[in-house]
Amino acid sequence: MGPLVRLAAVRQDTSQHRSVTEEHQALVDALVDSQQALALLACETADAEAEAILSFQIALLEDENLAAPAFARIAGGEAASRAWSAAIDPEIASYEEATDPYFRARASDLRDLRDRVLRHLAGEADQSVPSGVIVAADDMPPSLFLATDWRDGGLVLRRGSPSSHVAILARSRGVPMIVGVDVDHLGEGKEALLDGDAGIIVVDPDAGMREIYRQRHAEQSKLRQAAASFGGPAFTARGERVRVMINVTGLPELRDIDPAEVDGIGLMRTEFLFQGRENLPTEEEQYQIYKRMLEWADGRPVTIRTLDAGGDKPIAGLTQSHDINPFLGVRGVRLSLRHLDVFRAQLRALARAAVVGNLKVMIPMVTVPEELDRCRALFEEVLAALRREGRQAQMPPLGMMVEVPAAALTIEDFNADFLSIGSNDLIQYVVAASRDEPQLADLARPSRAVFGLIGHVVKYADGSGREVSLCGDLAGDPEQVAALLDQGLRTFSVARGALGPVKAAIARYAGAAA
Amino acid sequence: MNKHQASVLIRHEVGLHARPSVKLTKLAKAFDSRIDLGLSPDGPWVDAKSIVKVMATKVPKDSTIYFRAEGSDAKAALEALVTLVDGDFQDGR
Repeated sequence: MGPLVRLAAVRQDTSQHRSVTEEHQALVDALVDSQQALALLACETADAEAEAILSFQIALLEDENLAAPAFARIAGGEAASRAWSAAIDPEIASYEEATDPYFRARASDLRDLRDRVLRHLAGEADQSVPSGVIVAADDMPPSLFLATDWRDGGLVLRRGSPSSHVAILARSRGVPMIVGVDVDHLGEGKEALLDGDAGIIVVDPDAGMREIYRQRHAEQSKLRQAAASFGGPAFTARGERVRVMINVTGLPELRDIDPAEVDGIGLMRTEFLFQGRENLPTEEEQYQIYKRMLEWADGRPVTIRTLDAGGDKPIAGLTQSHDINPFLGVRGVRLSLRHLDVFRAQLRALARAAVVGNLKVMIPMVTVPEELDRCRALFEEVLAALRREGRQAQMPPLGMMVEVPAAALTIEDFNADFLSIGSNDLIQYVVAASRDEPQLADLARPSRAVFGLIGHVVKYADGSGREVSLCGDLAGDPEQVAALLDQGLRTFSVARGALGPVKAAIARYAGAAA
Repeated sequence: MNKHQASVLIRHEVGLHARPSVKLTKLAKAFDSRIDLGLSPDGPWVDAKSIVKVMATKVPKDSTIYFRAEGSDAKAALEALVTLVDGDFQDGR
C-alpha cells in the first residue's frame, strides 16, 4: 500500500548542435559514466540474480559493436543522443520480435541501457524512486529496480513479462508486481493497494479495505521472515533433529540452491529427462546428469527415482496411449519392467553414478514384492555386465516408493533398503478420488485413513532400521507438518519453495521426543 | 595455419541467454585467436567475443552451436569453450 508514482519517460537531449568531435566525446563520456554507475550498483547488490543482470548490461556496454553504429552516425554529423538511439533501437526491436519469451524479455535490458546513456548525455541525474511507493510505468528498468528500496512498495507495469529480469527479481525479493495494466488511467499521487498474489490494484481504497490489507501484509512479512531465517538444519522446539530434503526435476534447479541449505535430494524425478524430446536419453547422458547432481550434493544423499512414466506423465514412444485409466494402468515400475532396454540403460547409468557419491535409487509404483525383487536382479545383472566391461560401478541402496495401498499394508514383505512415501498417489488410491478432480477436493484431503497408513509404514521402518521419508505434496504443506511428526516421520522431502515454511513449522513443533 | 572447428549441444534451460552469453564471451576474450560462433557448420559466423553479436543469434535450447578459431591458441580456446557449454555454463566465471 502506498501512493502511486508515475515514472517519467526519458527526455531526448535537446541541447544545440555541437561539433563532431564534441558529440563523439559526449557519447564516449556517457558510456564510461554509465558503465561506472552500473559497476557501482553491482558492488552494492549481494545476490546472484542481480549480479548476473548487471554484468550482462556491463558486458553489453563493453562491447564495441554496440556503440559502433552510433559513432558512425556521429561522424556523419548526427547529434550523440540521436545517434545512440538510432543505434540501439533496432537492437531493441529485434529482441521484441523474438519468438522466445526469454529473448523477448531482453528488450527491457537494452531499453534500460539506452535510457541510462541518454540521461547521461542530457546531463540528468540517474533516476531514483522514493521508498514505499507503488510505481506505475510502461516498463521498469532492471537497474532502477535494483537501486530502489522496495520495502512496502510495489510495481504496476504496462509492459513486462513473467520472464523479464524485473519479474525474476521481484519474485525473489517478494516485491508485489502486476503487468499488463493500463497505467495511464491510474492517476498520480493517489493511495493504492497492490496485491501481487491476486493480481489486483485498488485505487483510493476505503478504510475497511485498508485494514484488511494491513493485517494481511503483517502476516505475510512475518511468514517471509520466518522462511528466511531457516537456512540451516531443522530442529523441533524440543531440539529433535528433522531432516528436510529437496525434490528436484533436473540440474538447472540446483544452480541457485546452496547444498548446505538442505539435507540432500529426497526425490529426483527422472521422467523430466525423458519428456519433451524426440529420442530417449542415452545411458551416457543420464550418467552425466546423475553424476553432476551427486557432485552438487557433496556427500549428502541423492535419491534418484527410476522412470515414473505413465499416469499423468506420458512419454512419446514409451507409455501406452490406450490405457483405459492411466492412473491404474501400466505406469512406474510396471512400465519399466515391460521396456527392459530403456530400464537397463537407466540402471547402468545409476550403477556407474553410484561410485561418485551418496546415491540411493528408488522404484516407483511397487505393488507386490516380486516387482522389487526383479528390479534388484536386473540391477545386479547390469552391474556384472559393467564390471565385465571394466567400468567402475557399484550397487546403490535400492528402495521403493510407498504409494500403492497394497504395498503400504504389507510393507514388511518387501526387500527394500529404504522407503519413501509418495503421498500424492497414496491419497488418491486410498480414497478412490482423482487428485485432478476439483469437485472431489474434500475427499482428496489427507484423512485419518491416510495418516494411519503413513504411521504404519513409519513404525515398520523405525522398527526394522530402515530410513523412511515422505516426498509428496503433503510434506511441503506447513499445516500438515505437525500431524506427520506425530506419526513419527523425521525426514521430509519438499519443493524448494516449501523449505523455509516447512522448517519453520518443524521449529514450532513441541510434541513427541522423550 | 592453425585453424580448428568444434560443435557442442546447448542444453541450458533457455538457450544461450544473458548469463551464459556473458560467460561465453568473457572466456572467448581470454584467448588471442579469432573465434567465431555459428548455428551451422558453414556459418553464418559471428564474433564469439561480442556479446551483442552472440545474443543476437538467439540460440534456443537443444540446438547445436559451432565454433571455429584461428590463431596460436585456437585449439585450447575451442576446448575451453566446448567444456563451458557442455558443462551447462557452471564452470568459470
